Order: sequence, then structure tokens, then C-alpha cells
Amino acid sequence: MEKGIITVVGEDQVGIIAKVCTYLAENKLNILDISQTIIQGYFNMMMIIELQNSSKDFGLICDELENLGKEIGVNIKLQHENIFNKMHRI
Amino acid sequence: MINLFEVTETNKMIEQENLDVRTITIGISLLDCMDHDIDVLCQNIYKKITSIAKDLVKTGEEIERKYGIPIVNKRISITPIGFVGANACKSPKDFVKIAKTLDQCAHELKVNFIGGYSAIVSKGMTNAEKMLIESIPEAMKVTQNVCSSVNVGSTKTGINMDAVKMLGKIIKDTAEITKEDDSIGCAKLVVLCNAPDDNPFMAGAFHGVSEADCIINVGVSGPGVVKNAINKCNGKDFGELCETIKKTAFKITRVGQLVAQEASKMLNIPFGIIDLSLAPTPAVGDSIADCLEGMGLASVGAPGTTAALAILNDQVKKGGVMASSYVGGLSGAFIPVSEDQGMINAVERGALTLEKLEAMTCVCSVGLDMIAIPGKTSATTISGIIADEMAIGMINQKTTAVRIIPVAGKDVGDTVEFGGLLGYAPIMPVNNFDCSEFINRGGRIPAPIHSFKN
Repeated sequence: MEKGIITVVGEDQVGIIAKVCTYLAENKLNILDISQTIIQGYFNMMMIIELQNSSKDFGLICDELENLGKEIGVNIKLQHENIFNKMHRI
Repeated sequence: MINLFEVTETNKMIEQENLDVRTITIGISLLDCMDHDIDVLCQNIYKKITSIAKDLVKTGEEIERKYGIPIVNKRISITPIGFVGANACKSPKDFVKIAKTLDQCAHELKVNFIGGYSAIVSKGMTNAEKMLIESIPEAMKVTQNVCSSVNVGSTKTGINMDAVKMLGKIIKDTAEITKEDDSIGCAKLVVLCNAPDDNPFMAGAFHGVSEADCIINVGVSGPGVVKNAINKCNGKDFGELCETIKKTAFKITRVGQLVAQEASKMLNIPFGIIDLSLAPTPAVGDSIADCLEGMGLASVGAPGTTAALAILNDQVKKGGVMASSYVGGLSGAFIPVSEDQGMINAVERGALTLEKLEAMTCVCSVGLDMIAIPGKTSATTISGIIADEMAIGMINQKTTAVRIIPVAGKDVGDTVEFGGLLGYAPIMPVNNFDCSEFINRGGRIPAPIHSFKN
């Protein structure tokens, strides 16, 4: 199963998770895990999502999430999970 | 499953500590392009390079997007032109024609360098190789993205001192002919001892004859990440310092390995090696000098510098070999001057000399790299510098190199600006006591004894 990791970093405000989740639902991207903390007023979230059900190309999802982040005023990034697996797991 | 802490750590390395993959280099064999007619040869070379590497840049960009990690350079290395052109080239001008073809390929494919305008003359040189070396100044002038290298010695063969003598003059000529651009031609020319066949880094990259038809080699980087890790070990003993560098190098290399495998799959070209070199850039914080200073030196060049570099180099390798089964190329810390802001600062504050740099090259790859010296330096003095560096490589069974720029019209106190990744450099003083009688002897330095190591 291909998985992607979404990270959202920025100033905390109402509705960040709602907006990101709405986008994911619209694009058939299933959420497997969410973890979130607030460090000194800064919102820090990570989501693990399933990629295979979406009809959109990976690069396009990256761009659209990035744009969504700009609208909200936070930084949103989507990366393939392998970069983290490779770096942190033997 | 991956947790938030690990994700944040990776992204901090990329966003704040300049972690990147320095280069994806496709090695392409041009042996099947050979022809006795120079025009047919150039055509064959053009066709082969542009068909194999046509998707290189696009693929690189897709991988960047997928993993969110920058891949700074996409490059090509080719069979040394000294072999490829041997049949067709009747004069140095013919070789320049090949250089122009290579430059055209680089422009069309949008790769930033093609390496392999090279000759392997560690024991002797053929007529063709002699002509290729003679053509280097002109070739470096008329092309922008072609890199040249000459291997003049090895542990197995000794040092070809005729070639060393010749290259002192070739470097001077290259500096003179490109003087309007601060002698930038010399930044694309490197003289090597024990050159590896699978090096992905420029200017010394070429696709050796021991290699397959085409192959992907990847160079990782990340001095900024290593430096931050070192900073966390302030006041700790060497055991802990080494352990920290090793762990960091492991993480960096795994990213390289991932990118290499992905590129290999997407381009349908076999994966060759990962080069573990820590390569700096002029960006602040992306510096080898900062790593060394982070270990407790007031400035690079201070006593202790060589030991610090030895630690860094060795630990990077130890972490790296655990992360990738196929390690090759140069694999060591690079210590170019102009490409590393920390090195530039050390030279400017008078802490770092050419002699100390030479000592440092005994414990790391690759050699005297991107060092600007006065334009008035004589050809034989340059040959002397090359001979010293080659001797270090020959005796210690390691790769060493000289990429030195005698900047035409400039002297100690001046600065030279190369731009981009090549950076800028203060002109460094050179010991000008004469060595011409030594260099002018000609001939070969015999291969060293492989026993009684002391």
C-alpha cells in the first residue's frame, strides 16, 4: 500500500484540520493516522494517508495541498512515506 | 509506524540544514559510438547521449516532488574522450569539435555538466590523448558545461611526470584563454591520481571502461546536517562525537539510496553506486569548515584540523556503508575553498594556507580543490603542486586531485568570483621557490613498493 505523509505547520487557528480533511475526502484520500501538537502557539500536524484510491497524480495533489496551505496561511507538504521509512528504520 | 518526531527531524534537515541530494549522474559508455570519421563520431555521440538521458532532468524533478527533497544537479558522465576520439581525431581541433557536441547535448538536455572530456594517462599517453590534453584550453573556452579531467598517476603505475609537466602549462593556458571570465576554464579542469571509474561528482566524473553501457550514480550531501549534529555534542568525548556523526551519515545516505533506486527504476537504467562525499556549497551553513570548527577549532587551519577532518571523513564512511551496499566514487569529505564559505573565511583571516590544505588532503578526498592562486605563478610551480598531490595519492592508495586556478591578472589580496555553486575565492599565496629543474626531468615516477608500510 502506497502511503503519503502530510505535514502541516503554522500559526494555530480555527478549522485547519477541517479544511485539510475536506480536501482529502473530496479526493478519496483515506486518512490512516493523525497526530498533532501545539508547540509555542505553533500548530504541528502529521497525517498518514492512503494514496492508491485517488485518481489524481501525486505531483498534482502536492501542488493542490500547497495552495490550500497558502489559502489558510499555513505550510502544507505531502511526501511519499519512503523517505521517512528509509531514514528512520533499518 | 513513522511518528511526528521523525517526520519533523527529516523535514528540519531538508528545510533548515540544507539536506539535499547533490547529484544524479548517468554514466554513459560511448565506446560503441567510435568511428574513423569525426562528423559521424559526433553524430553518434549526440544520438546516444540525447536518447539515454532524455528524461534525466524530468525524472529528477519528479523524485524531488515525491519525497520533498531537492536534487541539486542532474549530470552525465561519459567514456573518456581520449579513448572515444582516438580513431577519428587527427588534431586537437577535432577534439574541440567533440567538446562542442557534448556542450550541445548538455544544453538540450538541461543538465548542468557533462564530465568525461578526459584522458587516462597514468603510465603513458597515446597520440590521441596528447592531442586531447593540448585541446583542453580551447575546449574549456568554447564550451560552458563540459568538464575535463586527466588522470596522471596511480598506485599501480606510478606518476606520469611528462603529463604532470604538460598540465602545468595547460592549466596556465586555460587560465589565460578564459581570463575575461576570471579564468573559469580552470574550474572545469581537474588533474587526478587514482581516479575512480564511477565518480558522480564534477569536474572529475567520467564513465570508466570497466563500467556497463549506462549506469546511475548518486552523490549525497549534507554538511549542514552533520554540523548541527556535531554542535549537539559540545563538550562530549570523541566516542560520542564519532557515534553522532556516524548516525547522521547513515540517515543522509539512506536518502541518497532511496533516490538512486527510484531514479534507476524510473529511467530503467541500472543503479551503480552511492558516493558518500560530504560536499559543501557556498550557502551559509552548508560548510565542511563549519563541521571542523564545530568540533572545537577556532578556525580551520588551526593545529588539530587534519585530525578533525580524519574523524569526519571516517565516520561519514562508517555510517554510509551501513546505509548502502554499493558505495563507490570518491566517498570522502570535499574541501574546496571557493565553494565553502567557512573555508573562504579561514583563508581571509589568515588561518588556512595551501600547505595545510595539502596536509588535509592526506586524510580525505579529494585534494586541492577550487583554489585560486596568483596568475603569475609559473607553469612548473603548478606542475610541482600537482606532483606533490599526486604523490600523496600514489603512496596512500587513495584518490587525490588538483583543481587550481591561476587567475590571470590577479594577485594575492584580490578576490575572484566564479558564481553559482562554484562560489568565490580570495587568491592564496604560493611558495615560489623554483622547482623547474625537478619538473623538467621528464619521464615517470616508478610505482611505489606495496610492502613495508610506514
